[in-house]
Amino acid sequence: MIRDITLGQYFPGKSWVHRLDPRIKIIATLVYIAALFVAHDFLGILIAVGALAMVIAISRVPLSFMLRGLKPIFLIILFTFVLNLFMIPGKVMARIWILTITEEGLYMAFFMAARLILLIIGSSLLTLTTKPMSLTDGIESLLSPFRKLGVPAHELAMMMTIALRFIPTLLEETDKIMKAQQARGADFESGNIIRRAKSLIPILVPLFISAFRIAQELAMAMEARCYRGGKYRTRMNAMKLEARDFAALILMILFLAGMIAERILL
Amino acid sequence: MSEMIRIENLVFNYTREQDDEEISAIRDVSLTVNKGSFTAIIGRNGSGKSTLAKNINALLLPSSGVVYVNGYDTAKEEDVWNIRQSAAMVFQNPDNQIVSSIVEDDVAFGPENLGVEPEQIRKRVDDSLKAVNMYQHRKKAPHLLSGGQKQRIAIAGAIAMRPECIVFDEPTAMLDPKGREEVMSIIKELHQEGITVVLITHFMEEAAQAERIVIMDRGKIALDGTPGEVFLHRDAIQEMNLDVPLAVELSWRLRRRGIDIPEDIISMEEMVEFLCQYK
Ligand SMILES: Nc1ncnc2c1ncn2[C@@H]1O[C@H](COP(=O)(O)OP(=O)(O)OP(=O)(O)O)[C@@H](O)[C@H]1O
Ligand SMILES: [Mg+2]
Repeated sequence: MIRDITLGQYFPGKSWVHRLDPRIKIIATLVYIAALFVAHDFLGILIAVGALAMVIAISRVPLSFMLRGLKPIFLIILFTFVLNLFMIPGKVMARIWILTITEEGLYMAFFMAARLILLIIGSSLLTLTTKPMSLTDGIESLLSPFRKLGVPAHELAMMMTIALRFIPTLLEETDKIMKAQQARGADFESGNIIRRAKSLIPILVPLFISAFRIAQELAMAMEARCYRGGKYRTRMNAMKLEARDFAALILMILFLAGMIAERILL
Repeated sequence: MSEMIRIENLVFNYTREQDDEEISAIRDVSLTVNKGSFTAIIGRNGSGKSTLAKNINALLLPSSGVVYVNGYDTAKEEDVWNIRQSAAMVFQNPDNQIVSSIVEDDVAFGPENLGVEPEQIRKRVDDSLKAVNMYQHRKKAPHLLSGGQKQRIAIAGAIAMRPECIVFDEPTAMLDPKGREEVMSIIKELHQEGITVVLITHFMEEAAQAERIVIMDRGKIALDGTPGEVFLHRDAIQEMNLDVPLAVELSWRLRRRGIDIPEDIISMEEMVEFLCQYK
Protein backbone atom coordinates (compact mmCIF):
# COMPACT_ATOMS: atom_id res chain seq x y z
CA MET A 1 0.00 0.00 0.00
CA ILE A 2 2.77 2.35 1.02
CA ARG A 3 4.45 1.78 -2.35
CA ASP A 4 1.57 3.33 -4.21
CA ILE A 5 1.71 6.80 -2.75
CA THR A 6 2.21 9.41 -5.39
CA LEU A 7 4.47 12.25 -4.54
CA GLY A 8 3.39 15.82 -4.50
CA GLN A 9 -0.01 15.74 -6.11
CA TYR A 10 0.81 15.74 -9.78
CA PHE A 11 -2.21 15.14 -12.01
CA PRO A 12 -0.84 13.71 -15.28
CA GLY A 13 -2.04 15.44 -18.42
CA LYS A 14 -0.98 16.92 -21.72
CA SER A 15 -2.82 20.21 -21.56
CA TRP A 16 -1.41 23.56 -22.53
CA VAL A 17 -0.87 24.33 -18.86
CA HIS A 18 0.96 21.04 -18.27
CA ARG A 19 3.32 21.72 -21.12
CA LEU A 20 4.28 25.23 -20.04
CA ASP A 21 7.86 25.73 -18.93
CA PRO A 22 8.06 25.15 -15.16
CA ARG A 23 9.84 28.47 -14.70
CA ILE A 24 6.94 30.32 -16.29
CA LYS A 25 4.49 28.45 -14.09
CA ILE A 26 6.43 29.27 -10.93
CA ILE A 27 6.59 32.95 -11.87
CA ALA A 28 2.90 32.92 -12.80
CA THR A 29 2.02 31.48 -9.41
CA LEU A 30 4.04 34.16 -7.64
CA VAL A 31 2.41 36.87 -9.78
CA TYR A 32 -1.01 35.45 -9.01
CA ILE A 33 -0.34 35.51 -5.28
CA ALA A 34 0.91 39.09 -5.53
CA ALA A 35 -2.22 40.03 -7.50
CA LEU A 36 -4.40 38.58 -4.74
CA PHE A 37 -2.82 41.05 -2.36
CA VAL A 38 -3.34 43.88 -4.82
CA ALA A 39 -7.08 43.16 -4.86
CA HIS A 40 -8.93 45.14 -2.21
CA ASP A 41 -12.57 44.67 -3.14
CA PHE A 42 -14.89 42.02 -4.53
CA LEU A 43 -14.49 43.17 -8.10
CA GLY A 44 -10.75 42.43 -7.80
CA ILE A 45 -11.51 39.02 -6.32
CA LEU A 46 -13.97 38.39 -9.13
CA ILE A 47 -11.31 39.08 -11.77
CA ALA A 48 -8.93 36.75 -9.93
CA VAL A 49 -11.61 34.02 -9.80
CA GLY A 50 -12.24 34.45 -13.51
CA ALA A 51 -8.57 34.19 -14.41
CA LEU A 52 -8.08 31.11 -12.24
CA ALA A 53 -11.24 29.45 -13.59
CA MET A 54 -9.94 29.96 -17.11
CA VAL A 55 -6.57 28.36 -16.35
CA ILE A 56 -8.23 25.45 -14.51
CA ALA A 57 -10.53 24.87 -17.47
CA ILE A 58 -7.57 24.79 -19.84
CA SER A 59 -5.60 22.45 -17.55
CA ARG A 60 -8.48 19.93 -17.46
CA VAL A 61 -7.64 19.01 -13.89
CA PRO A 62 -10.94 18.08 -12.19
CA LEU A 63 -12.14 20.69 -9.71
CA SER A 64 -12.35 18.05 -6.97
CA PHE A 65 -8.55 17.78 -7.03
CA MET A 66 -8.27 21.51 -6.46
CA LEU A 67 -10.68 21.42 -3.56
CA ARG A 68 -8.82 18.51 -2.01
CA GLY A 69 -5.95 20.91 -1.35
CA LEU A 70 -8.26 23.02 0.81
CA LYS A 71 -9.09 20.23 3.24
CA PRO A 72 -5.98 20.45 5.42
CA ILE A 73 -6.34 24.20 5.87
CA PHE A 74 -10.10 24.28 6.24
CA LEU A 75 -9.73 25.12 9.94
CA ILE A 76 -7.46 28.06 9.20
CA ILE A 77 -9.97 29.45 6.71
CA LEU A 78 -12.78 29.02 9.22
CA PHE A 79 -10.71 30.69 11.94
CA THR A 80 -9.89 33.67 9.70
CA PHE A 81 -13.54 33.96 8.76
CA VAL A 82 -14.80 33.94 12.36
CA LEU A 83 -12.09 36.29 13.57
CA ASN A 84 -12.89 38.86 10.88
CA LEU A 85 -16.62 38.42 11.37
CA PHE A 86 -16.61 39.33 15.06
CA MET A 87 -13.54 41.47 15.58
CA ILE A 88 -13.87 44.30 13.09
CA PRO A 89 -15.52 47.43 14.50
CA GLY A 90 -18.17 49.32 12.51
CA LYS A 91 -21.91 49.47 11.92
CA VAL A 92 -23.52 46.77 14.08
CA MET A 93 -25.76 44.32 12.22
CA ALA A 94 -26.46 41.67 14.81
CA ARG A 95 -25.66 40.70 18.34
CA ILE A 96 -25.21 37.11 19.57
CA TRP A 97 -24.58 36.84 23.30
CA ILE A 98 -21.50 39.07 23.86
CA LEU A 99 -20.40 38.97 20.23
CA THR A 100 -21.33 41.52 17.60
CA ILE A 101 -21.33 41.23 13.87
CA THR A 102 -20.68 44.40 11.91
CA GLU A 103 -21.27 45.14 8.22
CA GLU A 104 -17.55 45.74 7.73
CA GLY A 105 -16.77 42.52 9.58
CA LEU A 106 -19.08 40.48 7.38
CA TYR A 107 -17.52 42.01 4.27
CA MET A 108 -13.97 41.40 5.45
CA ALA A 109 -14.74 37.86 6.57
CA PHE A 110 -15.92 36.85 3.11
CA PHE A 111 -13.17 38.84 1.42
CA MET A 112 -10.32 37.30 3.43
CA ALA A 113 -11.71 33.77 3.12
CA ALA A 114 -12.04 34.19 -0.64
CA ARG A 115 -8.47 35.48 -0.90
CA LEU A 116 -7.13 32.55 1.13
CA ILE A 117 -9.05 29.98 -0.90
CA LEU A 118 -7.81 31.46 -4.17
CA LEU A 119 -4.27 31.50 -2.86
CA ILE A 120 -4.38 27.80 -2.03
CA ILE A 121 -6.08 26.73 -5.23
CA GLY A 122 -3.75 28.92 -7.29
CA SER A 123 -0.63 27.36 -5.83
CA SER A 124 -1.95 23.80 -5.90
CA LEU A 125 -2.57 24.29 -9.62
CA LEU A 126 1.20 24.63 -9.95
CA THR A 127 1.94 21.31 -8.25
CA LEU A 128 -0.99 19.58 -9.94
CA THR A 129 0.21 20.41 -13.43
CA THR A 130 3.99 20.22 -12.95
CA LYS A 131 6.01 17.06 -12.29
CA PRO A 132 8.03 17.34 -9.08
CA MET A 133 11.23 16.87 -11.06
CA SER A 134 10.41 19.69 -13.49
CA LEU A 135 9.51 21.87 -10.54
CA THR A 136 12.95 21.20 -9.06
CA ASP A 137 14.63 22.05 -12.37
CA GLY A 138 12.57 25.22 -12.60
CA ILE A 139 13.53 26.35 -9.11
CA GLU A 140 17.20 25.64 -9.79
CA SER A 141 17.13 27.64 -12.98
CA LEU A 142 15.24 30.58 -11.45
CA LEU A 143 17.58 30.72 -8.47
CA SER A 144 20.80 30.41 -10.45
CA PRO A 145 21.16 34.18 -11.13
CA PHE A 146 21.38 34.61 -7.35
CA ARG A 147 24.27 32.15 -7.06
CA LYS A 148 26.71 35.04 -6.97
CA LEU A 149 24.94 36.28 -3.85
CA GLY A 150 25.61 32.94 -2.22
CA VAL A 151 22.29 31.20 -2.94
CA PRO A 152 23.17 27.50 -3.35
CA ALA A 153 20.78 26.96 -6.27
CA HIS A 154 22.15 23.64 -7.50
CA GLU A 155 22.54 22.22 -4.01
CA LEU A 156 18.97 23.09 -3.07
CA ALA A 157 17.65 21.48 -6.22
CA MET A 158 19.76 18.36 -5.64
CA MET A 159 18.43 18.13 -2.09
CA MET A 160 14.86 18.32 -3.36
CA THR A 161 15.57 15.68 -6.00
CA ILE A 162 17.01 13.30 -3.45
CA ALA A 163 14.21 13.99 -0.98
CA LEU A 164 11.65 13.17 -3.68
CA ARG A 165 13.50 10.00 -4.56
CA PHE A 166 13.90 8.77 -0.98
CA ILE A 167 10.58 9.62 0.66
CA PRO A 168 9.05 6.36 -0.62
CA THR A 169 12.15 4.41 0.44
CA LEU A 170 12.00 5.83 3.95
CA LEU A 171 8.26 5.23 4.19
CA GLU A 172 8.86 1.62 3.24
CA GLU A 173 11.59 1.44 5.85
CA THR A 174 9.23 2.88 8.49
CA ASP A 175 6.62 0.34 7.54
CA LYS A 176 9.15 -2.46 7.92
CA ILE A 177 10.36 -1.24 11.32
CA MET A 178 6.79 -0.78 12.60
CA LYS A 179 5.86 -4.29 11.55
CA ALA A 180 9.00 -5.66 13.20
CA GLN A 181 8.18 -3.84 16.46
CA GLN A 182 4.54 -4.88 16.32
CA ALA A 183 5.61 -8.48 15.87
CA ARG A 184 7.42 -8.12 19.19
CA GLY A 185 4.28 -6.81 20.82
CA ALA A 186 4.68 -3.06 20.41
CA ASP A 187 1.41 -1.14 20.48
CA PHE A 188 1.18 2.15 18.61
CA GLU A 189 -2.56 2.72 18.78
CA SER A 190 -3.73 2.74 22.38
CA GLY A 191 -2.99 4.94 25.35
CA ASN A 192 -2.86 8.68 25.76
CA ILE A 193 -0.81 11.06 23.67
CA ILE A 194 2.30 10.81 25.82
CA ARG A 195 2.22 7.04 25.76
CA ARG A 196 1.73 6.99 22.03
CA ALA A 197 4.56 9.45 21.48
CA LYS A 198 6.79 7.29 23.63
CA SER A 199 5.94 4.21 21.61
CA LEU A 200 7.29 6.01 18.53
CA ILE A 201 10.83 6.15 19.90
CA PRO A 202 11.59 2.52 18.99
CA ILE A 203 10.62 3.44 15.45
CA LEU A 204 12.47 6.70 15.15
CA VAL A 205 15.82 5.47 16.40
CA PRO A 206 16.23 2.66 13.86
CA LEU A 207 14.76 4.90 11.19
CA PHE A 208 17.41 7.55 11.79
CA ILE A 209 20.13 4.94 11.78
CA SER A 210 18.99 3.55 8.46
CA ALA A 211 18.59 7.06 7.02
CA PHE A 212 22.21 7.79 7.86
CA ARG A 213 23.33 4.51 6.35
CA ILE A 214 21.38 5.25 3.17
CA ALA A 215 22.89 8.75 2.99
CA GLN A 216 26.38 7.36 3.32
CA GLU A 217 25.90 4.72 0.63
CA LEU A 218 24.18 7.18 -1.68
CA ALA A 219 26.95 9.74 -1.31
CA MET A 220 29.47 7.09 -2.28
CA ALA A 221 27.42 5.95 -5.26
CA MET A 222 27.07 9.57 -6.42
CA GLU A 223 30.81 10.12 -6.18
CA ALA A 224 31.42 6.93 -8.12
CA ARG A 225 29.22 8.42 -10.84
CA CYS A 226 31.49 11.44 -11.04
CA TYR A 227 29.25 13.83 -9.13
CA ARG A 228 31.17 16.96 -8.19
CA GLY A 229 28.50 19.57 -7.58
CA GLY A 230 26.86 21.70 -10.22
CA LYS A 231 29.98 23.14 -11.76
CA TYR A 232 30.64 21.13 -14.90
CA ARG A 233 27.21 19.57 -15.02
CA THR A 234 25.04 19.58 -18.14
CA ARG A 235 21.39 18.50 -18.26
CA MET A 236 19.70 15.98 -20.52
CA ASN A 237 16.46 17.96 -20.68
CA ALA A 238 17.62 21.51 -21.10
CA MET A 239 14.64 23.81 -20.57
CA LYS A 240 13.70 25.92 -23.57
CA LEU A 241 11.05 28.62 -23.77
CA GLU A 242 8.47 28.02 -26.51
CA ALA A 243 5.95 30.37 -28.12
CA ARG A 244 3.29 29.28 -25.63
CA ASP A 245 5.56 30.31 -22.76
CA PHE A 246 5.82 33.85 -24.12
CA ALA A 247 2.07 33.93 -24.68
CA ALA A 248 1.56 32.92 -21.05
CA LEU A 249 4.00 35.58 -19.95
CA ILE A 250 2.06 38.28 -21.83
CA LEU A 251 -1.28 37.09 -20.43
CA MET A 252 0.25 37.19 -16.98
CA ILE A 253 1.42 40.78 -17.39
CA LEU A 254 -2.00 41.80 -18.72
CA PHE A 255 -3.67 40.15 -15.75
CA LEU A 256 -1.45 41.88 -13.21
CA ALA A 257 -1.86 45.23 -14.97
CA GLY A 258 -5.63 44.73 -14.94
CA MET A 259 -5.63 43.99 -11.24
CA ILE A 260 -3.57 47.09 -10.47
CA ALA A 261 -5.75 49.28 -12.71
CA GLU A 262 -8.86 47.99 -10.99
CA ARG A 263 -7.44 48.93 -7.62
CA ILE A 264 -6.34 52.42 -8.63
CA LEU A 265 -9.19 53.39 -10.91
CA LEU A 266 -12.28 51.83 -9.36
CA MET B 1 46.98 -7.46 -24.06
CA SER B 2 46.93 -4.12 -22.28
CA GLU B 3 46.17 -3.65 -18.63
CA MET B 4 42.93 -2.18 -17.29
CA ILE B 5 43.76 -2.35 -13.60
CA ARG B 6 47.12 -2.83 -11.99
CA ILE B 7 47.36 -3.12 -8.22
CA GLU B 8 50.81 -3.28 -6.64
CA ASN B 9 51.31 -4.26 -2.99
CA LEU B 10 48.08 -2.62 -1.89
CA VAL B 11 47.59 -2.22 1.85
CA PHE B 12 44.50 -0.57 3.22
CA ASN B 13 43.69 0.18 6.86
CA TYR B 14 40.46 1.60 8.22
CA THR B 15 40.59 3.71 11.34
CA ARG B 16 37.75 2.76 13.64
CA GLU B 17 35.89 5.85 14.81
CA GLN B 18 35.19 4.84 18.42
CA ASP B 19 38.76 4.15 19.50
CA ASP B 20 41.00 5.18 16.60
CA GLU B 21 42.12 1.59 16.28
CA GLU B 22 43.50 0.52 12.91
CA ILE B 23 41.74 -2.31 11.14
CA SER B 24 43.69 -3.75 8.27
CA ALA B 25 41.24 -4.70 5.56
CA ILE B 26 43.73 -5.35 2.76
CA ARG B 27 47.19 -6.71 3.46
CA ASP B 28 49.52 -6.62 0.50
CA VAL B 29 47.47 -7.44 -2.57
CA SER B 30 48.91 -7.37 -6.07
CA LEU B 31 46.64 -8.00 -9.01
CA THR B 32 46.51 -7.17 -12.70
CA VAL B 33 43.31 -7.19 -14.72
CA ASN B 34 43.59 -7.18 -18.51
CA LYS B 35 41.33 -5.20 -20.80
CA GLY B 36 38.33 -7.15 -21.99
CA SER B 37 38.66 -9.84 -19.32
CA PHE B 38 36.03 -11.16 -16.90
CA THR B 39 37.36 -11.60 -13.37
CA ALA B 40 35.37 -12.76 -10.37
CA ILE B 41 36.50 -11.92 -6.86
CA ILE B 42 35.07 -14.11 -4.17
CA GLY B 43 35.61 -14.39 -0.46
CA ARG B 44 33.62 -14.60 2.74
CA ASN B 45 32.25 -11.64 4.70
CA GLY B 46 34.89 -9.17 5.76
CA SER B 47 37.61 -10.56 3.52
CA GLY B 48 38.17 -7.11 1.99
CA LYS B 49 36.38 -7.40 -1.37
CA SER B 50 34.43 -4.14 -1.11
CA THR B 51 37.47 -2.33 0.19
CA LEU B 52 39.41 -3.53 -2.84
CA ALA B 53 36.63 -2.37 -5.18
CA LYS B 54 36.54 1.08 -3.60
CA ASN B 55 40.28 1.37 -4.00
CA ILE B 56 39.88 0.68 -7.73
CA ASN B 57 37.36 3.51 -7.98
CA ALA B 58 39.42 6.01 -5.96
CA LEU B 59 36.62 6.11 -3.38
CA LEU B 60 39.32 4.95 -0.98
CA LEU B 61 43.02 5.64 -1.40
CA PRO B 62 45.77 3.13 -0.58
CA SER B 63 47.40 3.23 2.84
CA SER B 64 50.43 1.98 0.96
CA GLY B 65 51.06 0.53 -2.47
CA VAL B 66 49.66 1.84 -5.76
CA VAL B 67 46.58 1.30 -7.88
CA TYR B 68 46.58 2.17 -11.58
CA VAL B 69 43.33 2.28 -13.52
CA ASN B 70 43.70 2.62 -17.27
CA GLY B 71 47.17 3.99 -16.61
CA TYR B 72 46.03 6.63 -14.11
CA ASP B 73 47.35 6.52 -10.54
CA THR B 74 44.35 6.68 -8.18
CA ALA B 75 46.35 8.68 -5.67
CA LYS B 76 46.65 11.60 -8.10
CA GLU B 77 43.71 13.86 -7.39
CA GLU B 78 43.55 15.44 -10.85
CA ASP B 79 42.87 12.07 -12.52
CA VAL B 80 40.05 10.98 -10.26
CA TRP B 81 37.26 11.79 -12.77
CA ASN B 82 39.09 9.94 -15.55
CA ILE B 83 39.42 6.96 -13.25
CA ARG B 84 35.76 6.92 -12.25
CA GLN B 85 34.69 7.37 -15.85
CA SER B 86 36.88 4.54 -17.14
CA ALA B 87 36.07 2.13 -14.30
CA ALA B 88 32.43 2.55 -13.26
CA MET B 89 30.98 0.82 -10.25
CA VAL B 90 27.70 -0.89 -9.40
CA PHE B 91 26.93 -1.45 -5.74
CA GLN B 92 25.05 -4.07 -3.79
CA ASN B 93 21.92 -2.21 -2.78
CA PRO B 94 20.05 -0.96 -5.84
CA ASP B 95 17.90 1.35 -3.71
CA ASN B 96 20.77 3.37 -2.36
CA GLN B 97 22.46 4.18 -5.64
CA ILE B 98 19.53 5.52 -7.63
CA VAL B 99 19.43 9.29 -7.39
CA SER B 100 16.39 10.44 -9.28
CA SER B 101 12.69 9.62 -9.03
CA ILE B 102 12.45 9.04 -12.78
CA VAL B 103 14.32 6.12 -14.36
CA GLU B 104 15.71 7.94 -17.40
CA ASP B 105 16.80 10.95 -15.34
CA ASP B 106 18.74 8.64 -13.10
CA VAL B 107 20.54 7.00 -16.00
CA ALA B 108 21.41 10.50 -17.24
CA PHE B 109 23.04 11.40 -13.92
CA GLY B 110 26.55 10.11 -14.78
CA PRO B 111 26.82 11.68 -18.25
CA GLU B 112 25.38 14.93 -16.87
CA ASN B 113 28.13 15.01 -14.28
CA LEU B 114 30.69 14.43 -17.01
CA GLY B 115 29.39 17.48 -18.88
CA VAL B 116 28.22 15.57 -21.97
CA GLU B 117 26.10 17.51 -24.51
CA PRO B 118 22.30 17.15 -24.02
CA GLU B 119 21.59 15.34 -27.34
CA GLN B 120 24.49 12.98 -26.64
CA ILE B 121 23.12 12.27 -23.15
CA ARG B 122 19.72 11.44 -24.63
CA LYS B 123 21.32 8.95 -27.00
CA ARG B 124 23.45 7.36 -24.29
CA VAL B 125 20.47 7.04 -21.94
CA ASP B 126 18.33 5.37 -24.60
CA ASP B 127 21.15 3.02 -25.64
CA SER B 128 21.95 2.08 -22.04
CA LEU B 129 18.33 1.43 -21.14
CA LYS B 130 17.94 -0.76 -24.22
CA ALA B 131 21.12 -2.66 -23.31
CA VAL B 132 19.59 -3.68 -19.97
CA ASN B 133 16.10 -4.23 -21.41
CA MET B 134 14.53 -1.44 -19.39
CA TYR B 135 13.73 1.01 -22.19
CA GLN B 136 9.99 0.52 -21.82
CA HIS B 137 10.21 1.52 -18.15
CA ARG B 138 12.13 4.75 -18.77
CA LYS B 139 9.41 7.07 -17.44
CA LYS B 140 8.65 5.08 -14.29
CA ALA B 141 9.52 5.81 -10.68
CA PRO B 142 12.32 3.49 -9.50
CA HIS B 143 10.58 2.65 -6.23
CA LEU B 144 7.82 0.90 -8.19
CA LEU B 145 10.26 -1.51 -9.88
CA SER B 146 11.46 -4.92 -8.69
CA GLY B 147 14.91 -5.38 -7.16
CA GLY B 148 16.31 -6.93 -10.35
CA GLN B 149 14.88 -4.11 -12.44
CA LYS B 150 16.33 -1.48 -10.11
CA GLN B 151 19.74 -3.12 -10.31
CA ARG B 152 19.48 -3.08 -14.11
CA ILE B 153 18.78 0.66 -13.92
CA ALA B 154 21.90 1.07 -11.80
CA ILE B 155 23.86 -0.88 -14.43
CA ALA B 156 22.41 1.33 -17.18
CA GLY B 157 23.58 4.33 -15.17
CA ALA B 158 27.10 2.90 -15.18
CA ILE B 159 27.05 2.01 -18.91
CA ALA B 160 25.86 5.53 -19.78
CA MET B 161 29.24 6.87 -18.64
CA ARG B 162 30.79 4.74 -21.42
CA PRO B 163 33.33 3.07 -19.15
CA GLU B 164 35.89 0.54 -20.34
CA CYS B 165 35.51 -1.43 -17.14
CA ILE B 166 32.70 -2.00 -14.65
CA VAL B 167 33.32 -3.20 -11.10
CA PHE B 168 30.25 -4.92 -9.66
CA ASP B 169 30.20 -5.21 -5.87
CA GLU B 170 27.85 -8.08 -5.06
CA PRO B 171 25.21 -6.84 -7.50
CA THR B 172 22.98 -9.86 -6.94
CA ALA B 173 23.23 -10.20 -3.16
CA MET B 174 19.90 -8.54 -2.46
CA LEU B 175 17.95 -10.02 -5.35
CA ASP B 176 15.63 -12.98 -5.73
CA PRO B 177 16.73 -15.86 -8.00
CA LYS B 178 14.96 -14.35 -11.02
CA GLY B 179 16.56 -10.93 -10.52
CA ARG B 180 19.91 -12.60 -9.98
CA GLU B 181 19.65 -14.40 -13.30
CA GLU B 182 18.63 -11.21 -15.16
CA VAL B 183 21.59 -9.31 -13.76
CA MET B 184 24.08 -12.12 -14.44
CA SER B 185 22.98 -12.44 -18.06
CA ILE B 186 23.45 -8.69 -18.55
CA ILE B 187 26.89 -8.83 -16.99
CA LYS B 188 27.89 -11.61 -19.38
CA GLU B 189 26.52 -9.66 -22.34
CA LEU B 190 28.52 -6.59 -21.35
CA HIS B 191 31.65 -8.71 -21.20
CA GLN B 192 30.92 -10.07 -24.67
CA GLU B 193 30.64 -6.52 -25.95
CA GLY B 194 34.18 -5.89 -24.79
CA ILE B 195 33.71 -4.29 -21.38
CA THR B 196 36.19 -5.42 -18.74
CA VAL B 197 34.17 -6.96 -15.92
CA VAL B 198 35.22 -7.33 -12.30
CA LEU B 199 32.49 -9.20 -10.45
CA ILE B 200 32.59 -9.38 -6.69
CA THR B 201 30.28 -12.04 -5.37
CA HIS B 202 29.90 -14.65 -2.73
CA PHE B 203 28.06 -17.11 -4.93
CA MET B 204 30.54 -19.60 -6.33
CA GLU B 205 28.10 -20.53 -9.13
CA GLU B 206 28.35 -16.94 -10.36
CA ALA B 207 32.11 -16.78 -10.01
CA ALA B 208 32.42 -20.02 -12.02
CA GLN B 209 31.02 -18.16 -15.05
CA ALA B 210 34.03 -15.84 -15.16
CA GLU B 211 37.30 -16.40 -17.03
CA ARG B 212 39.31 -16.00 -13.87
CA ILE B 213 38.57 -16.41 -10.18
CA VAL B 214 40.41 -14.58 -7.42
CA ILE B 215 39.67 -15.85 -3.94
CA MET B 216 40.28 -13.41 -1.11
CA ASP B 217 40.75 -14.41 2.49
CA ARG B 218 41.47 -12.06 5.39
CA GLY B 219 42.70 -9.23 3.20
CA LYS B 220 44.93 -11.36 0.99
CA ILE B 221 44.65 -13.22 -2.26
CA ALA B 222 44.41 -16.89 -1.40
CA LEU B 223 43.89 -18.39 -4.86
CA ASP B 224 43.99 -16.96 -8.36
CA GLY B 225 43.48 -18.68 -11.69
CA THR B 226 40.97 -19.98 -14.22
CA PRO B 227 37.93 -21.66 -12.63
CA GLY B 228 39.36 -25.04 -13.56
CA GLU B 229 42.66 -24.28 -11.83
CA VAL B 230 41.09 -22.78 -8.74
CA PHE B 231 38.61 -25.58 -8.18
CA LEU B 232 41.45 -28.09 -8.01
CA HIS B 233 41.99 -26.70 -4.51
CA ARG B 234 38.69 -27.99 -3.27
CA ASP B 235 39.86 -28.54 0.29
CA ALA B 236 41.49 -25.15 0.62
CA ILE B 237 38.33 -23.50 -0.70
CA GLN B 238 36.15 -25.32 1.79
CA GLU B 239 38.51 -24.41 4.59
CA MET B 240 37.82 -20.76 3.74
CA ASN B 241 34.11 -21.46 4.30
CA LEU B 242 33.29 -21.21 0.60
CA ASP B 243 31.46 -23.73 -1.52
CA VAL B 244 32.67 -25.20 -4.75
CA PRO B 245 30.08 -25.60 -7.53
CA LEU B 246 28.06 -28.80 -7.40
CA ALA B 247 29.67 -30.17 -10.56
CA VAL B 248 33.13 -29.68 -9.10
CA GLU B 249 32.15 -31.42 -5.90
CA LEU B 250 30.65 -34.27 -7.88
CA SER B 251 33.70 -34.75 -10.07
CA TRP B 252 35.91 -34.66 -6.98
CA ARG B 253 33.89 -37.49 -5.44
CA LEU B 254 33.80 -39.47 -8.66
CA ARG B 255 37.52 -39.01 -9.07
CA ARG B 256 38.03 -40.39 -5.59
CA ARG B 257 36.24 -43.54 -6.74
CA GLY B 258 38.61 -43.92 -9.62
CA ILE B 259 36.60 -42.32 -12.41
CA ASP B 260 38.87 -40.09 -14.40
CA ILE B 261 37.15 -36.73 -14.91
CA PRO B 262 38.89 -33.87 -16.71
CA GLU B 263 39.66 -30.84 -14.55
CA ASP B 264 37.99 -28.31 -16.80
CA ILE B 265 34.52 -29.61 -16.05
CA ILE B 266 32.95 -27.04 -13.76
CA SER B 267 29.34 -26.68 -14.84
CA MET B 268 26.50 -29.15 -14.63
CA GLU B 269 25.95 -29.07 -18.41
CA GLU B 270 29.55 -30.00 -19.10
CA MET B 271 29.30 -32.73 -16.49
CA VAL B 272 26.14 -34.18 -18.00
CA GLU B 273 27.66 -34.11 -21.44
CA PHE B 274 30.82 -35.83 -20.24
CA LEU B 275 29.00 -38.52 -18.27
CA CYS B 276 26.72 -39.34 -21.21
CA GLN B 277 29.75 -40.06 -23.37
CA TYR B 278 31.68 -41.83 -20.64
CA LYS B 279 32.39 -45.45 -21.21
N1 LIG C 1 34.04 1.99 7.17
C1 LIG C 1 34.72 1.06 7.85
N2 LIG C 1 35.32 1.37 9.02
C2 LIG C 1 36.03 0.45 9.69
N3 LIG C 1 36.19 -0.82 9.29
C3 LIG C 1 35.62 -1.21 8.13
C4 LIG C 1 34.85 -0.28 7.36
N4 LIG C 1 34.39 -0.94 6.26
C5 LIG C 1 34.86 -2.20 6.36
N5 LIG C 1 35.60 -2.38 7.48
C6 LIG C 1 36.28 -3.62 7.87
O1 LIG C 1 37.20 -3.97 6.86
C7 LIG C 1 37.18 -5.38 6.63
C8 LIG C 1 36.89 -5.65 5.18
O2 LIG C 1 35.59 -5.19 4.86
P1 LIG C 1 34.96 -5.26 3.41
O3 LIG C 1 33.69 -4.51 3.46
O4 LIG C 1 35.95 -4.87 2.41
O5 LIG C 1 34.67 -6.81 3.30
P2 LIG C 1 33.84 -7.59 2.17
O6 LIG C 1 34.71 -8.69 1.70
O7 LIG C 1 33.31 -6.66 1.17
O8 LIG C 1 32.68 -8.22 3.03
P3 LIG C 1 31.15 -8.48 2.64
O9 LIG C 1 31.10 -9.81 1.98
O10 LIG C 1 30.47 -8.50 3.96
O11 LIG C 1 30.70 -7.35 1.77
C9 LIG C 1 36.16 -5.93 7.58
O12 LIG C 1 36.83 -6.46 8.68
C10 LIG C 1 35.31 -4.76 7.99
O13 LIG C 1 34.87 -4.92 9.31
MG1 LIG D 1 31.31 -6.04 0.57
